[in-house]
Amino acid sequence: MKYVHEFRNAELARAVAAEIAELTDPNRHYKIMEICGGHTHTIYRHGIKDMLPEQVELVHGPGCPVCVLPMGRIDDGMAVAERPEVIFTCFGDMMRVPGSKGSLLEAKARGNDIRMVYSPLDALRIARENPDREVVFFAIGFETTSPSTALTIQRARREHLHNFSVFCNHITLVPPIRALLDSPDLTLDAFIGPGHVSTVIGCSPYEFIPTEYGKAVVVAGCEPLDILYSILMIMRQFAEGRRAVENQYSRVVPWEGNQQALRCLEDVFELRPTFEWRGLGSIPYSAVKIAPAYAEWDAELRFAVPGVRIADPSECQCGDVLRGKLKPWECRVFGTSCTPEHPLGTLMVSSEGACAAYYNFGRKAIDKSEVSA
Amino acid sequence: MSDTVMTSATPSARRRPRFGATHIDMSHGAGGKATHNLIEGLLVPAFSNPALDQLSDAAVLTLGETRLALTTDSFVVRPLRFPGGSIGELAVNGTVNDLAVSGATPLGLSAAFIIEAGLATEVLIGEIAAMAAAARRAGVAIMTGDTKVVEHGKGDGLYITTSGIGVVDPVLQLGATTVRPGDKILCSGTIGDHGVAILIARGDLELEGDIRSDTRALTPHVAALRQAAGAGLRFMRDPTRGGVGTVLNELARDSGLGVVLWEDQLPLRETVQGACEILGIDPLYVANEGKLLAVVAAEQADAALAALRLVEGGEEAAIIGEIRTEPARMVLMHTHFGGTRLIDMLVGDPLPRIC
Repeated sequence: MKYVHEFRNAELARAVAAEIAELTDPNRHYKIMEICGGHTHTIYRHGIKDMLPEQVELVHGPGCPVCVLPMGRIDDGMAVAERPEVIFTCFGDMMRVPGSKGSLLEAKARGNDIRMVYSPLDALRIARENPDREVVFFAIGFETTSPSTALTIQRARREHLHNFSVFCNHITLVPPIRALLDSPDLTLDAFIGPGHVSTVIGCSPYEFIPTEYGKAVVVAGCEPLDILYSILMIMRQFAEGRRAVENQYSRVVPWEGNQQALRCLEDVFELRPTFEWRGLGSIPYSAVKIAPAYAEWDAELRFAVPGVRIADPSECQCGDVLRGKLKPWECRVFGTSCTPEHPLGTLMVSSEGACAAYYNFGRKAIDKSEVSA
Repeated sequence: MSDTVMTSATPSARRRPRFGATHIDMSHGAGGKATHNLIEGLLVPAFSNPALDQLSDAAVLTLGETRLALTTDSFVVRPLRFPGGSIGELAVNGTVNDLAVSGATPLGLSAAFIIEAGLATEVLIGEIAAMAAAARRAGVAIMTGDTKVVEHGKGDGLYITTSGIGVVDPVLQLGATTVRPGDKILCSGTIGDHGVAILIARGDLELEGDIRSDTRALTPHVAALRQAAGAGLRFMRDPTRGGVGTVLNELARDSGLGVVLWEDQLPLRETVQGACEILGIDPLYVANEGKLLAVVAAEQADAALAALRLVEGGEEAAIIGEIRTEPARMVLMHTHFGGTRLIDMLVGDPLPRIC
């Protein structure tokens, strides 16, 4: 078992695709949103769209944490990164995200000490090795990454490491889904639930989606066969007239989540009353901040940040793409003034962003299906 | 769907990019789009001449009946030694390979050393020995050179620049414009070994794996291809920085034709694939230092493949794709899973994804 090839088996994929085709009602349209950016990436990387009947449409959701971070927060991070005493650390795909004064990559090129890390624990190590510098970790992500940040903050306290702090931008998954479901122009039929977030929060938080909104949810793994199979599970629900939360990723996702990780989150973080999402606006209780007991490790308290709200560029239509209202290439700046080299909107930055995924992997498909149509 | 949007989203034919960055960042050195913008936006306009404007691995100059190939390359790798090779070996093989894929037999190399004060003499001796051994293996002499020393803290120990000159095979007419629909694309072995070996050797990933750089001279591979395919050999490149994905994009752009790849034919070590999966990078964009991509006429492709497989370091050679008229100027890959996807040029440094 290598955990790669098994979930990319072409023969099994053909069988699953055939069953999806069989269950598809030729007279209706199925609009399925994959919430997670990792799923978006997999869908394009493996060409899953080509294997689905034309009635089945995949819409990309707000589940790329890099993509939903508003410009103002990036400016705040940049203000900290530009302080001479600071070593600023962040995940790789944060580096290219544009703030109102450019990206962290550009700030690094100007000589600021900005380092890419793979884990917040790497940032902690840098802090240990540089006791005369202030080391700040730019924390982003849903419940997938927030437990590792929480553990790192707990460890910093245990080690009495006082030159380390966290600029916390962790967000939570369920509130934006509810916001999407409440939006009046919503036309979705079902959701592919995120795999990695669900390893932490479990499946039960999604139960309101079928009960209150009548939509199907299948939590899926991140390999192509996982995603294809979760679409099949959704199509079976449609064929049987059911709407429920189901778990395709049961090899990793426990129904009630990871209790230990959840306790750790509860210890270190508390909900923010509201948080701004790029393109979606402010969503109540959709993000966390560092709890008072750990205030010493909160970079927002340690350093003065501008905290200015910066409006997205007016030509940007990221919000409509995030809500599934527009396809990436229908945005007025897609591929012209907004490209992966010079992104205007965050959806064009991360390889998990819907626009970057379309731009990098999918243009040919658009070419075939949309242009000839 | 309007045509205008698609046109704007389609990689254009050769269009001279404007260099808009206010500062140089690491992406300008990654071998992808930003590097192209640097070269075509700043260097080419200033230096423009017929030999340079080809933008191939080596400039070709005609001297009477003889065509000479001239090339240069700088090596700035960290760490200096890594599993499978070292900076000195790279510096010789890299320039030899740029000549080889231009269809040239190397005549001689120059070598310039920028040494950081504080470098242990032992390390320098080791690299000089590595260069001498690599030159012997490639059958080329290092004929001239230069040394400079910079202050401690102003360099990564050692930078090496090598230049090479060679005589171009009179039979070969290599270039993107000679490529025809139906031609096959050959890859001389597993991809991504060098780049992943370096990433792991840097040690800041806390990944361990037995992955070695593939650095080697490609002269015997080129000789085998030439022997087997003759004038059916149409195009050669060594996919270093930017990887196979970038070279094939350049081929698609410069030929005006489409490149179609089959993912399940790409030679890829399981360990390299595993490391790439963990890091969220695509082996198609990872550097190689001893691999060759060749476009060969369909009639000669099988013979060329068989010949390549007999050469040391070519055992895992494969036909990985072919040239088609459509999709013009694009690289399309049939995924192992059963779908298709576009392979674009590398944008920026390959940045690992977070989750």
